[in-house]
Formats: sequence, structure tokens, C-alpha cells
Amino acid sequence: MIELINIHKTFGKVQALQGVNLKAKAGTIHGVIGENGAGKSTLMKVLTGFITKTGGTILHNSVEIVCNSPADATRMGIGMLYQEPLDFPQLSVIDNFMAGADDFSPAQQRTTLAKLCDTFGFSLLPESRLEELTVGERQQLELMRLIRNGTKILILDEPTAGISEKQQELLFTALQTLKDDGATILLVSHKLEEVTSLCDTVTVLRQGKVVGEQHRPFQRDDLLKAMFDTLPEHNSPPEKKNNGSPVLEFNAVCSTVGRSGLKEISIDIHAGEVVGMAGVDGSGQSVFLKTSIGLLQPESGNISRLGQPPNISFGKKSRKTVFLPADRLSEGLFPGLNVREHHILATGNSVFLTSQKGLKKSQQAIDAYSIRGNPDTMIEDLSGGNQQRLLLSLIPDEVQLILMENPTRGLDVQSAAWTWKHLHKRLADNGAIVFASPDLEEIMEQATRVLVFYNGEILLDKPTDKTTYQEISRAITGQISKSPSHS
Amino acid sequence: MNVKRFTNFSITQATTNGFLIGALALGTVSLLLVLLGISPAAIGYALINGSLSSWLKFSHVLTIWTPLLLCGCGLLFTFRAGLWNIGIEGQVVLGAIGATFLLRQEYSTLPPWALISLAMFCSFVGGALWGAFAGVLKNRGGVNEIFGGLGLNFVAQGFILWLILGPWKRAGIASMSGTDLFTRELWMFTPHGWRVAPAALIIGFVVFLLTGLLLSATRFGLQIKAVGKNPLAAPLFGIRPDMTGLCAMAIGGGFAGLAGGLQVICVYHRLIPSISSGYGYLALLVVMLANYKILPVPFICLFFACLAAGSIQLPIVLQIDSSLSGVIQGACVLSALLVHGLRKRKKGAA
Repeated sequence: MIELINIHKTFGKVQALQGVNLKAKAGTIHGVIGENGAGKSTLMKVLTGFITKTGGTILHNSVEIVCNSPADATRMGIGMLYQEPLDFPQLSVIDNFMAGADDFSPAQQRTTLAKLCDTFGFSLLPESRLEELTVGERQQLELMRLIRNGTKILILDEPTAGISEKQQELLFTALQTLKDDGATILLVSHKLEEVTSLCDTVTVLRQGKVVGEQHRPFQRDDLLKAMFDTLPEHNSPPEKKNNGSPVLEFNAVCSTVGRSGLKEISIDIHAGEVVGMAGVDGSGQSVFLKTSIGLLQPESGNISRLGQPPNISFGKKSRKTVFLPADRLSEGLFPGLNVREHHILATGNSVFLTSQKGLKKSQQAIDAYSIRGNPDTMIEDLSGGNQQRLLLSLIPDEVQLILMENPTRGLDVQSAAWTWKHLHKRLADNGAIVFASPDLEEIMEQATRVLVFYNGEILLDKPTDKTTYQEISRAITGQISKSPSHS
Repeated sequence: MNVKRFTNFSITQATTNGFLIGALALGTVSLLLVLLGISPAAIGYALINGSLSSWLKFSHVLTIWTPLLLCGCGLLFTFRAGLWNIGIEGQVVLGAIGATFLLRQEYSTLPPWALISLAMFCSFVGGALWGAFAGVLKNRGGVNEIFGGLGLNFVAQGFILWLILGPWKRAGIASMSGTDLFTRELWMFTPHGWRVAPAALIIGFVVFLLTGLLLSATRFGLQIKAVGKNPLAAPLFGIRPDMTGLCAMAIGGGFAGLAGGLQVICVYHRLIPSISSGYGYLALLVVMLANYKILPVPFICLFFACLAAGSIQLPIVLQIDSSLSGVIQGACVLSALLVHGLRKRKKGAA
């Protein structure tokens, strides 16, 4: 039995975990659910020694344990199956299996592997190279390695993301077997379906606190309510402008990029719309945005952006579409270049540059967008909020489509409100905004239409004033069937 | 006001760094020499005497300075674009081959100055194509420019040997000593008592100014810098990272090619197997020592050229191998990398 008592973890000023208590008994499967950023991953990383806790106690069979590193945790029989398998793709199955084994005896390891495969019903050829295997098969291997290492407390982080249904069945059977053998299993997931069918106990986290715990049989509605903040029902939706001409059209677009890819996405977005995309990270929102701007090519299907194929436009052509990525510094800006140089690159087309070039423009932008810095400030020295303001100031006047990932990530409430006020002002009557956000409140307040992505599909597509918080929450956790496309 | 203070700060910082690097390198090498029982003062005197004591000696230094500067300028483009152009040696060789190719043609109607100009142009094209080749391998074939460039260096070396021992061999004999000498009128004009052709110095100077202008005062230069800093963000600003990198490779290769052309037209007056004299690799060290900045490059080139020219006398005067100059150059670069690395770490920690 593993017992977490009053666990605290702070990152700087941010309180990621605030007194979490959790008790997982041997021979049970214990679910941990919650929204993005609820603290699930942090809690698990504390347990595996990946990060050190700020306060609290961990008891293993009533004895306090201290895990300062994953190696410590392994010695104590705590093992974690990560979302992305941590293995050596260039090596074979058997080499990967042997890596990290206490003794080096290939013949014996081969027998052990065969025995474990037999127990769990996995079929892995010892000689196949890992890069030829699917994520699900690599996960099976990882699981057997953990078992071989004597793992008694097994943590699984979103184990069914990106694996086939068949593999999911095999995994669940394996977990049942392990459970019957007396292992303690912690299952982190956002899929309510699998948690309720598999687990004996479920703990709900929200904003670093335990907000609910249930034992079988589960009350799904109560779990949902606990997972998501109960908000006042939607009050003031932004004024919906008349549907204009189509700005972005997707027709049966498929992609296999990312965790879930895109599965036959067909959708029309019209001028005047502000579309908010909800869903757990990696459900397809980011791929959708990057495919729209032309950074990714779809495998099949047609896309039309402002009546053109969505190729990224190079050179001096006026930029009618802009994309603001989530990770501003590593995907959207040039660290090592200053504010003025960013303005030169984004606007104008003069060949020769003087030391005065762009100075006036960037000074104007600094004043208009209240960027705390001067034209010669290096971009990496700006705070996240100021980087976002700079990106907004770089949006050209003629823009018709603004694509954004987490537009207010890392911004305080005031900056976020300012950003949205500005965006709504910038949106010309013939333009549209499409944004992804983990914050449902933001979507409900700012968007005219909501799309919920689940596993590469759009499960819900409704005007924000015709849906409810509960409906969106159910769609995020995959509990409604696909609705006919709204346009 | 802020702008001015910032610039002043950088200059002070650069001076401190330069001083630190110099002291560290000098100290290390002196210590090494003392431990080996050799007087650092004697070495210093021999190096200065061998490179700066007469105009003839200094003009010899300048024959090294010019190709080194050209290669350094070329590398500034590729480093700025975030590319490690180790293939620069091959680009020098191809430039030399380009110049030789043109001078071997029988154009009796053209005056020598036109032929020499055309040969310089050919050397630029030869180097640029070889550089662009590495760039295309990277863009189309996913071959890292370091591996592509290194491979192309070997190909270039094989190519030049084949030319010298095969199609371009001397009448009757094939010799590693190179092709036939060009006729006198195809040598670049060098005044009596000079080793270096004034035109070569002018080419070096013009290329240096052009590099400064392109990199610091044009949109193209800023785009190269942007791609070098973050290729992922470039498309969002309408910049093609692959094409920008290719341009940088072609320009860098072209300047290296000019260095090869000068080696043929001004220094050796024929094609020899070791025509690059390793200036491409040496220029990599120069640019690293300059911390990838433009201004220090000609001065460091001069320092390295003095070391290379001065060390020729070491075996005669002090019975010490001339490779000591390489040790000093290496010590300088390692000190520079160390100082810049420590600064960066300190900045990161702060």
C-alpha cells in the first residue's frame, strides 16, 4: 500500500500541489483524474522521485520512504510507464529488455521475456527493432521491463493515448492480472470511460487539490463536476457577427502527425467567427492549427484558406494569415534578436537597413501595446506577457485569419483581458480568429463557436451560446458521440 | 540614452574578454615552453622577426592574410545562418580549380587583365557551387552540412589530384609538384620587392566591406541571422530557412573559392595538390576566436598570418618545429571558447 500525506509542491510562486492526500491499496487500481494542469503529472513525478516535494510524507506499507531520484524509486519497487516510451528505438526488443537488468545473461533474459509475453498475451519478437514497433507494442515492452525489475507500485500516465483498441484490451487484461497478483496500480487519465471501467477507486484533482474521491460504483456526473470548475452559466457571449465568406475550409482532412493526428476533419469557418478549440493537449488542436497555416502537410483531404491552398507564404506577399504558437520563444520569435529587428522582419521590404530603420515603428508598437522594454531589448529578456504583446504588435494590418495556440498562456489576468480586447478590436469584419485553449472559461467568454477535439476528431461543434459547460466537459472526456458538423 | 549605454557596455565586455583570452593563451603556451626548457622570449622574438622585421617579410604575411580573410568572411555568412561549413576546404580547392580551368583555355584575343578577372570570377563560381552542393544535400537529402562538407572535402582533394596527375599533367610527366606554370602575363601584378599582389589586397578589403554591409545593413543579412537563431519561427515571418541557408552556403563557398583563385593566380601560379594550405580550417578557428563577430576577423587573420609566416624560421633559428604556430593558434581558440563559454554560463545562471 502506498500513502501520500499532505503533499505540497511549489514552483516559484506557483503552488502545483497543495496538501494532496491519496491512499492506494495493494491489489487495486486507483485512478487519478483531472483537467490539464490539475497536478496529476506533478504528483506522479513526486512519487517517482523525478521531482522533489516541498512538503509532505510518503508511506510505503506504513514506513516512510524518501525518493530523491527515479533510481531510488526503482529500488523501492515504484515504476512508471510514461506517455512517451523511454527506450532505445535503434536497438532490438531483447536489447531494450536487457538494458537496466541487474545481471547480464542474455539467455536467461530471453526466457524471462518469453515467459512474461506468455503471461500477458503479448507477441513481441525479440529481434525486431523498436523503431518498427507501434507505440502500443513499445509500451508492452516497457511494462514487462518494469515487472521484471520487481515493480510493485505501477504508475501509468495516459496509457491509452495513441494505441489501438486491441492493444488497449491487452493492456487492461495485463493490468487486471497484475492487480490480482497484488500490485498497486495508479492510473492517470482524462478518459472517464476507461477510468470508471477499470479502477476501484478514483481521486479527482483540481488546481493541485483533491476535490473528490469515489469508490465503485461511480457517479460519473459527480466526477465530471469535480473535475471541472463549476462556473456560472455562460453570461455575455461576444457579439456574433453575420456569417461572412468562408475563411478556412477543411474537407475530410487526415493527418498522422502528433499523438492523435487528425481523423477526417471537415469543417468551415467563416469571416466574423471567433472559434475556440477545447480538448486535452495533443487531441489534434495543435495539428489542426499547424496544418491550417501550412507548417504541416495533411496526408489526405483538401484545405482551402482564404480561397487558396494553405501553403505558407514566403517573401514580400502581404500576410493575410498569422499563427501565434504556444511556445513563443522557441517557435514564434528569434531569441538573440531585439524588438526593432523583429519589426523590420515582420513589416516593410526595404533592402538596406540603417541603424534608424524600424526604430519609429517599434517605438510606436512599444507605446501602443505597452511592451515593457525598448527597441534594443533582446526578445529573450522580455517577460512572457511582453513577448505576447510583441507578437500581437507584429500582426499586419491586412490580416484576415489569426490562428493561435494558448493565446494567454503565462499571462496574468490583466494581460489576458488586454490581449482579448485587442484581438477583438483587430478582427476585421472579413476576418476570423481560431484559437486553442486549455481554459474553458476563456473559450466560453471569448469565442462565438466551440470545437471540442478528442483523439483527432471533433466531437462537439456548437455556438458557445447553445452549449453548456457540462456538454463541453463530457466531450473533452470523450463521453458523447460525434455530432453532425455545424457550419 | 539606453542604446548608447548598452553599446558601451558591450565594447567594454569585448575588450575584457579579449584581454582574458590573450592572457590565458599566452600564459598556457609560455608555461608549456618553460616546462620544455625553451625561452618564450626567444620564440616571441623569432616570430616577430620572421614576420614583421622587413617589408618583404610583412608582404609575405599579407599573402597569407588575404586568403585567410576571404575564408573568414565566407564563414561569417554560414555561421550566422547557424551552419557549420566545415566543407570550406573543398570550396577553396574548387575555387582554385575554377581559376586554373579558365587560365588553361586558349583565349589569345583577350588581354591578360580580362583573363585574370574572368579566372577570379570562375573561382568564385567554383567555390559557390561546391558550397551550394553541400547546402542542397542538406535541404534535399537531409545530410548534415558537417558530414556533407567533410565528404565533399575528400571528393575535392581526389578531384584535384586526378586533374594534376591526369588531364592537366605537365607535358611528358605527371608530378605531385603540380601543373605547368602559367605564362608570366597571367600572374597578378606584383611590384618589385613585394610578395603580395596589390589587387589581391584590394579584393580582400572589398570582400570584407561587402560582408560587413550584407550582414549588418541589409534585410538579407538580418534574415540570415534570424534563420540562424530560430529556423522554426522563420516561416511565420515569411522567411524560407532552407533557401536562406543555401544562399549563405553559396556566398560563403564563393568567398572561399576566391581565396583558392588567389592562391593559383598570385601565389603558386599553377595548381598544386595542397593549394588550400589548410586556410579553410584555419579560418574556422579565426571566426571562432572572433566570437563570430565581423570586426575582429581581419585583425585575428593578421595575427594568425604573422604566426604562420614567422614560424617558418623557427627550425633554422631555434631548431624548433614550425608547428608551434599551430599550438599557439589552438591555445588561443581554446581559451576563447573557454572564456565565452564561461561568460554564457554565468549569464545563464544570473
